[in-house]
Amino acid sequence: MKFIHIFLIVATILNFNFLKADEIKTENKIAKNLRCLICQGQSVYDSDSEFAISLKLVIKNKIQEGLSEEQIYSFLKMKYGEWILYDPVFNRNTYFLWLLPILIFLAGGAIIIKKFYNKK
Amino acid sequence: MKSKFIPLILILIFLITFVIFFKGLKNSNIYTPDTNLKKEVPSFELKSFENDSIVISEKIFKDNDYYFMNIWASWCIPCKEEHGFLMKLKKDDRIKLIGFNYKDNLKNASSFLKDLGNPYDIIVSDKDGTASIEWGAYGVPESFLVYQNKIIKRFIGPINNEDLLEIQKIIR
Repeated sequence: MKFIHIFLIVATILNFNFLKADEIKTENKIAKNLRCLICQGQSVYDSDSEFAISLKLVIKNKIQEGLSEEQIYSFLKMKYGEWILYDPVFNRNTYFLWLLPILIFLAGGAIIIKKFYNKK
Repeated sequence: MKSKFIPLILILIFLITFVIFFKGLKNSNIYTPDTNLKKEVPSFELKSFENDSIVISEKIFKDNDYYFMNIWASWCIPCKEEHGFLMKLKKDDRIKLIGFNYKDNLKNASSFLKDLGNPYDIIVSDKDGTASIEWGAYGVPESFLVYQNKIIKRFIGPINNEDLLEIQKIIR
């Protein structure tokens, strides 16, 4: 009986550690996807500016409050604008940016297929 | 037919790329945040600067009054430069000044206000800077003009004489 108790306690503690590790993982992931607005060419994760330090703390608090990654991104987008996100959002201004590689890929594929069949 | 078609496409692609890059040349690559915003004031609960009492944002910002929310710190050099203008703004009783003491220690901040004067009606301390993030602030100094629970204008960096005149124009 005592053994089971100890086992349960150890198991719970280990589980907490996993949770914590997951939190830190998402925290870092989010910070890496954010542009440090007052630095040049650095993500929030890389920066040690006062702004980035506070922002990392906010991310940590939001995760603990139970917000999802998407919710945190949209929260920061609301506060700081789209520029804070490294991934440009798909909208009227950026659809060309997103679709151009696909178009080029398709055009290239068409040329290759055409050549291939012509040879035959 | 085929030999005519390919050069035409190439020229078209070249032209499109040219137009895009040419247009891009004129765009500014310096990011300037939007300063005219109509955003709700974020609610906060922070410790008061003078004592340990909790200050709630809903109790500070009331309708039909202008508020000037200023983020400052004693370690911030441009804040010293700005302070003279804040003292001038204090003389205007149509506007209330709210100080946001950013990542500062009490002793330094108190002596800063002692030396240069205290323009603020209320000071709250934002020890870890998280409340400033809720406001969408970049750092110190930064100020927000609040009216009817909305941020109507924001000033990034120290305010100057022009800004002061602009504020006086708005609140008139």
